[in-house]
Amino acid sequence: MKKKMFTLKFILLGFIAGLINGLLGSGGGTILVPGMFFLLDIEEHKAHATAISVILPLALVSAFIYIKHGVIVWNITFKIMIGGILGGYIGANLLSKIPGNLLRKIFAIFMIIAAIRMVF
Amino acid sequence: MNLVLIGLLSGIIGGMGIGGGTILIPALILFTSLTQQQAQGVNLLSFVPVAFIALITHLKNKNVKTSISLPLIGLGLLGSILGSFLAVNISSDILRKFFGIFLFFMGLYEFFYKDKRRTK
Repeated sequence: MKKKMFTLKFILLGFIAGLINGLLGSGGGTILVPGMFFLLDIEEHKAHATAISVILPLALVSAFIYIKHGVIVWNITFKIMIGGILGGYIGANLLSKIPGNLLRKIFAIFMIIAAIRMVF
Repeated sequence: MNLVLIGLLSGIIGGMGIGGGTILIPALILFTSLTQQQAQGVNLLSFVPVAFIALITHLKNKNVKTSISLPLIGLGLLGSILGSFLAVNISSDILRKFFGIFLFFMGLYEFFYKDKRRTK
């Protein structure tokens, strides 16, 4: 790594990733991965792994603030968690067997449709 | 049971690295009666165990660049505290619209994402 740390873009990247992740309850990783890849010259799979190490403590702090304000619905959270852990395992194993690029495009279309429905 | 299924599907997408949260939150908004903040809280908390397991694996494989993740965590914590306080204090409608706009651009990004390693 030859680039200097603590440049303005580095500081902004960390701060904005945290801000979005706390404000929207997700999305920190979707900012960090391309940010590290393009701005900091980190290999893509290392950027993914590093992003998780950054987001985990941020999610804990945000979750704590959400809990303090009483916006957590625990029974729903637990059900989603059970499904999510199982799904995460399946997804990680499927990664090499399914053309990720096609799936990515299909889900991108879902995201755009959902986005439009959420705004209007 | 539907909730476990939503968790499962978003977990699979998350495990494949396509962004589980950006699918989970709109799914919860469109299929349940949760508020935007509640859906975001579900996502924050359900991310924790999944990320924890993934992180152990990534640390073992030495894919986490701690020299980068540690300062990013510090910066990100500032952002996430600010973002979380904003999130729990603004109206669910405005927050949902913010999320929708973010999701729209993330959807575009995912759609045009190229799976090849870019060289500069």
